[in-house]
Amino acid sequence: MTAMRNPGRGRNWTAAAALGLAALAMAAPLLWTLLLSLKANDALLRGTASAFAPPYTLENYADILGHSAVFFWLLNSTIVSLGVTAGVLCLSSLAGYGFARLRFPGRDIVFVLVLFGLAIPEQSVIIARHQMFGALGLHNSYGGLIFPGLAAPFGVFLMTQYFRAMPKELEEAAWLDGASRFKTFWRILLPQSLPAQATLGIFTFLSTWNDYWWPLISATNSRMYTLTVGVASSQMNFAQTNGLGFLMAQAVFASVPILIVYVIFQRYIVAGVRAAA
Amino acid sequence: MEALDIPAAGREADVTVRRPWTASASETRAGLLFVAPYLAVFCLLLVYPLLSGIWLSLHKADLFGGSRFVGAENYVRLLHDDIFRQAVWNTCNFVILTVPALTVAGLALALALNTSSRWSAVLRGLFFSSSVLSVTIVTLVWRMVLIPDGGLVANLLALLHLPAIPFLSDARLALPAVAITTIWWCIGLPMMLFLAALQQVPKDLYEAAALDNAGWWRTLRRITLPSIRRTALVVVVIEVILQFQLFGQAQIMTLGGPNNASLPIVLFIYQIGFQRWDIGYAAAASEILFCIILVAAMAQFLASRGREDG
Repeated sequence: MTAMRNPGRGRNWTAAAALGLAALAMAAPLLWTLLLSLKANDALLRGTASAFAPPYTLENYADILGHSAVFFWLLNSTIVSLGVTAGVLCLSSLAGYGFARLRFPGRDIVFVLVLFGLAIPEQSVIIARHQMFGALGLHNSYGGLIFPGLAAPFGVFLMTQYFRAMPKELEEAAWLDGASRFKTFWRILLPQSLPAQATLGIFTFLSTWNDYWWPLISATNSRMYTLTVGVASSQMNFAQTNGLGFLMAQAVFASVPILIVYVIFQRYIVAGVRAAA
Repeated sequence: MEALDIPAAGREADVTVRRPWTASASETRAGLLFVAPYLAVFCLLLVYPLLSGIWLSLHKADLFGGSRFVGAENYVRLLHDDIFRQAVWNTCNFVILTVPALTVAGLALALALNTSSRWSAVLRGLFFSSSVLSVTIVTLVWRMVLIPDGGLVANLLALLHLPAIPFLSDARLALPAVAITTIWWCIGLPMMLFLAALQQVPKDLYEAAALDNAGWWRTLRRITLPSIRRTALVVVVIEVILQFQLFGQAQIMTLGGPNNASLPIVLFIYQIGFQRWDIGYAAAASEILFCIILVAAMAQFLASRGREDG
């Protein structure tokens, strides 16, 4: 809001005012949710305008602590997101090193085919994948929730680009010492790729955490819901009598973990956005 | 990971001179070992379902394994299905409502926040923060903004003594309401992409413009916009691909209603495939969506190839 590039003072003020309004429009829905979550449910039944003024209470959050389903969902989301992230990092690093640093027949064609996978939208495979997982008895299991995330080609693309850009000299000393290929990869290249690992990791974690469509059809048992599906289910079953404040507290509670992750890893997310483009 | 250690494989050939134009046997073996785990997952979870989905779309198939080859019948049925046509129309409409708005607003925000001040860093964080929320949270928040019975907008209208607006139950307003929610949710990505592009514009171009006493608008039109043309194209294509996949917002906020007014293609696939279990028919609809998205992805490929040339 302070140092704008343009010299005209008048335009500076209109631009700042427009930006302020946009920021308000952006923040208002979140603040509204927060205020509703801090109101007693019976106060909200009399009218939601009461959210603009005290008294506020933490009783909705206390109620969440007594509501074990939310913790199951939180646990499931954590297990699934960490599982997919670990799997993607392993598979993409290995494949990225193979594609970037080792020569073998058919390498370039296979790599192009993998890149072509980037253009396959999930919708076009989801029916067949649902059938396949059903036949294998994988629905309502962690495996069923984790495996589809491992196939995403984006990580392979990112790691291949990253390893390709590294100077050859890094490996040569290790070669001369007679280290094996895996050792060279593990000891020399992998530690150098930590920034790319962090970017890929945080991206995979966020998109898995927020995935809605696959867990919705794969996890039909409410014990196996992830947080997104669980909160969606309580939202759709919601009747005003259940307690609006409680529902809003659930929304705040469910978004806190991901916002914390966002704040901690912000700069890797920015790097990832650039890499993705 | 440890099991993949290949101690003997690399030793003999590598210390000696390696000819760059032929792959040694050990290098080939190591290369295949490194890419094999991913390729196995790729084929099993992406390529196989893709092909079997196309095969499935040529069948009349249901949940209980009954399946009969019907050729193109599902596709012909789709072309004559009023609800599917409505879904295609709604989806295109939604793309038209969201993509230009996201592109223009994303660019405007990037231009305004392309400074190193603390304020713009805070605002960049604010505008991007909604993107990390899940669709469930976003719809929960926006339903409480939009519902006529006690929503935020209704409260503000009441202050002005105006009646509440039934955004989600009015056939004309449901899709625009989903679009507004989506713009709020997705604005962070185009903003970030444009910010990255703006930082690539050579500084001396601006210095030259300043020497010529070019005004803000003239600088924008003559220097900034031409320099970020490729990014703008990439943003448009990425957003077209993303917004064609509209699902969660419509499913949670309106269930596609009222009267299918906000039913997108993906929700149609979901309802046919997982609620009516007409699996072949749903697979056919998903292949049509695949074709639409493939065209957009090809456009992105051409756009990004053009960027490298330019």
